[in-house]
Amino acid sequence: MRTDTQTENLYEKERRENRRKMRRDFWRRFKKNKSAVFGLIVISILILCAVFANLISPSEFVTKQNPSIRLQPPSAEHWFGTDTYGRDVFTRIIYGSRISLSIGIGSSIFCLVFGGFFGAATAYFGGKFDDIVMRVMDMIMAIPATLLALSIVAALGASMVNLALAVSISYTPRFIRLVRACVLPIVGMDYVEAARAYGSKNFRIIFKEIIPNAIGPIIVETTQSLSGMILEASGLSYIGMGVQAPQPEWGAMLSEAREVMRTQPYLIVIPGVFLILAALSTNLLGDGLRDTIDPRLKS
Amino acid sequence: MEANRNNEDYLLKIDNLRVTYETDLETVCAVNGLSIQIKRGETLGLVGETGAGKTTTALSILRLLPERTGKIKSGSIIFDGKNLLNLSESEMREEIRGKSISMIFQDPMTSLNPMMNVGEQIEEVLRYHNNDGRTPKEIKAHVDKTLELVGIPARRRTEFPHQFSGGMKQRIVIAMALACQPQLLLADEPTTALDVTIQAQVLAMMHELQTKLKTAMILITHDLGVVAQVCDNVAVVYAGEIVESGTVEDIFGSDRHHPYTEGLFGSIPNLEKETDRLSPINGLMPDPTDLPAGCYFAPRCPHCMEICKERHPELYVCGSHSIACHLFNNN
Amino acid sequence: MIRYVAKRVLFLIPIVLGVAFIIFSIMEMTPGDPARLILGPDATAEAVEELREELGLNDPFFIKFFNYVYKAVTKLDFGTSYRTQKPVFNDVLPRLPVSVRVAFNGIGFAVLLGIPLGVFSAVHQYSPQDNFLRVTSMFFVAVPPFWFAMMLILVFGLYLGLLPTSGVASWKSYILPMLTLGAQYAGRILRITRSTMLETIRQDYITTAKAKGIPQRKVVYGHALRNAILPVITTAATSFGGLLGGAIITESVFSLPGLGSLIVLSIKLKDTPCVMASIILLAILFSLIMLLVDLIYAFCDPRIKAKYMRG
Repeated sequence: MRTDTQTENLYEKERRENRRKMRRDFWRRFKKNKSAVFGLIVISILILCAVFANLISPSEFVTKQNPSIRLQPPSAEHWFGTDTYGRDVFTRIIYGSRISLSIGIGSSIFCLVFGGFFGAATAYFGGKFDDIVMRVMDMIMAIPATLLALSIVAALGASMVNLALAVSISYTPRFIRLVRACVLPIVGMDYVEAARAYGSKNFRIIFKEIIPNAIGPIIVETTQSLSGMILEASGLSYIGMGVQAPQPEWGAMLSEAREVMRTQPYLIVIPGVFLILAALSTNLLGDGLRDTIDPRLKS
Repeated sequence: MEANRNNEDYLLKIDNLRVTYETDLETVCAVNGLSIQIKRGETLGLVGETGAGKTTTALSILRLLPERTGKIKSGSIIFDGKNLLNLSESEMREEIRGKSISMIFQDPMTSLNPMMNVGEQIEEVLRYHNNDGRTPKEIKAHVDKTLELVGIPARRRTEFPHQFSGGMKQRIVIAMALACQPQLLLADEPTTALDVTIQAQVLAMMHELQTKLKTAMILITHDLGVVAQVCDNVAVVYAGEIVESGTVEDIFGSDRHHPYTEGLFGSIPNLEKETDRLSPINGLMPDPTDLPAGCYFAPRCPHCMEICKERHPELYVCGSHSIACHLFNNN
Repeated sequence: MIRYVAKRVLFLIPIVLGVAFIIFSIMEMTPGDPARLILGPDATAEAVEELREELGLNDPFFIKFFNYVYKAVTKLDFGTSYRTQKPVFNDVLPRLPVSVRVAFNGIGFAVLLGIPLGVFSAVHQYSPQDNFLRVTSMFFVAVPPFWFAMMLILVFGLYLGLLPTSGVASWKSYILPMLTLGAQYAGRILRITRSTMLETIRQDYITTAKAKGIPQRKVVYGHALRNAILPVITTAATSFGGLLGGAIITESVFSLPGLGSLIVLSIKLKDTPCVMASIILLAILFSLIMLLVDLIYAFCDPRIKAKYMRG
């Protein structure tokens, strides 16, 4: 006759086996989606560039001005050419990945944590708390996102951190709504009632029962928002309300290249291509994750 | 079935139908050499568990299988002298679907378009199959008549599906199906999703209409009580083929049955007693992507013999009663 | 129904108040001295201080906010722009038509292109055309609009010299902005149309319609699209509302005198009255658009209409 602990252990073991099998299945299905794999590869390369930038090219090149070789097209020495100040564009692009990606990832984490917690909390507690939070979300969403981000940067000062914060705030309502919509059906379910009944603390319930079940759509939304965040940050930098010169942010680089765009189109094309790659790869990855998690949507 | 029946007598004759669903990962053998036939005005009950291939068969008749994955591999479906599998898509649309053969589905809650009013949905069928050249006014009058026929006041034609109860929604679905007075009605578990009390009503109404309009019906169900109530003939489906068929008397009255049918019945009832209880059979239906050699029922059969695992059983015919089982092969 | 609309309009008030509060707070935190801005860099410190007192700039935050709201609500006086010294709406309102035109063109183009292609993509799922459309739409969503704008300017403006690249001299000036916005939003609308159509096509009532022998075209447009289009309309309308003030980058690239660029300028100069008036106007317009969308929803979907009828 098995004891309770023995039964529980067996049960735990089976659950772990199941999870392992699910992970293998997940990877198998994910690998079939070629564009998702492409997205994963590209974003990984970009992340590697960002992390190991100083191994690829010395950091002085980012700001090293050399007026004598300014505005030169791509060559063997300067793979992406030089800009208006004679700086090596290739180096600036590589280091620029650090900026765009850290803003994107930082904002995503902010939104996940903040939005995730608030969204789950409003769905769980409901009532007046829910009403108030939703009203505030409505207010924030009535202000065009870019304008909101811009005004926050203006108020706090143009820097990478403030830019990331501004972008995060403009994306948070979306996250709160999404998490709330995912959690709401789960909150009504019996196993949550049961957990409450045998005295689990509310906080614990939110973490152990609710969040793991809502995690699919949340992951998808995160990766898809990531591309929007990167583009918005670069857009704000473009109009001078984001990362300031001489930082090698891709959007700021595009802004600098405006005057000479007729004669040096490569200065426009190259940063643009990298922005597209960053945004596209996260989008593809997000779509691929969604298709893998919820294959019903595919076939 | 009876070998001496003339082919022209049958309204619908399906011969050796094989249907598979093919995806990138696997091939599901849904229907494996299925043969049934039905005469004009008759009711054939198609009985079996979920996944036996009954719905696939019905969809194959109307060629409504999912385009990418559903493939009719072989066999013939002869309706009124023509092989439906040879008709073009537009012929199917203009002549067969909704006009000569109609189909109704299981869940009335989702079978109706929530954004069109019910009158419009019935009118649609009439408008697109308007061979009698009715004027729009005549069509509207016919819609009203059809609604009344299923017990719904005509003035409700402008209302939307969500304003009706489940039973009434199913009546509307039936009205839609019978509007053009088809020769054959395919009913896929039409009462399964309804309350028990409504079930009997809807069934009785269907039977009445069917008799009045002289429509043949293939009734897909897992409920033997329903079969006993309205069917003339019965065919038992297992793993995509017919394992037993015959008249209602054969199935309910005879003492010889396919082991699967026996399992379905629990204890075989006679026509006097009503029963609709199914007792569970051990094991599961075979994996349709990996069917066993020999008899498909062998792994679960209490009377399984050596030959059952090796050779696929042939049909043992006795009058109108056929059983596909090695037990009866030598008698 | 009237009750529902009235309720929604009433709800506008707290939302607008909330928006005003948020923007006011943010502007307060922004560095800059409006008095200095008005008087210019040569004015003396005393003159600046005097003006500050006059304008009430030294009052505590809540007093300032309350004064603002009070004047706005009772006298419809939204103040004068620090920059131009004129009543704010003199600056704001002329900009509105430009923004409306730009937004309308962009979304209109996106809808005309995106919906039919999205339907096609869904109906022919997995075909090479579908794959092409999916990839292309995803590409255009990933393209930074300001970059795309610059490429268009390069090709059509500078190299080919076909179209104007700045200002609003003629109707031709609106073409490149329309393509810029349209490309990005067309991608979005295509994707959302495709996904709602895919969901709808799987519904039972579509199979029922096919079983009735209805021609394919009627099934796709009359049955499927009718049900699938509502979320698409919501997206289109929301995007339109957002673009009224949010197309700041496009306005910047093409030097369009729209509402967005006015707001950017005002924020940079800490011209709070102008910023407040503009954003409040946008918030009201946006909320009205959302209300309109909900009403359209009710008009199309009888189930929702029933809910609203009950108030």
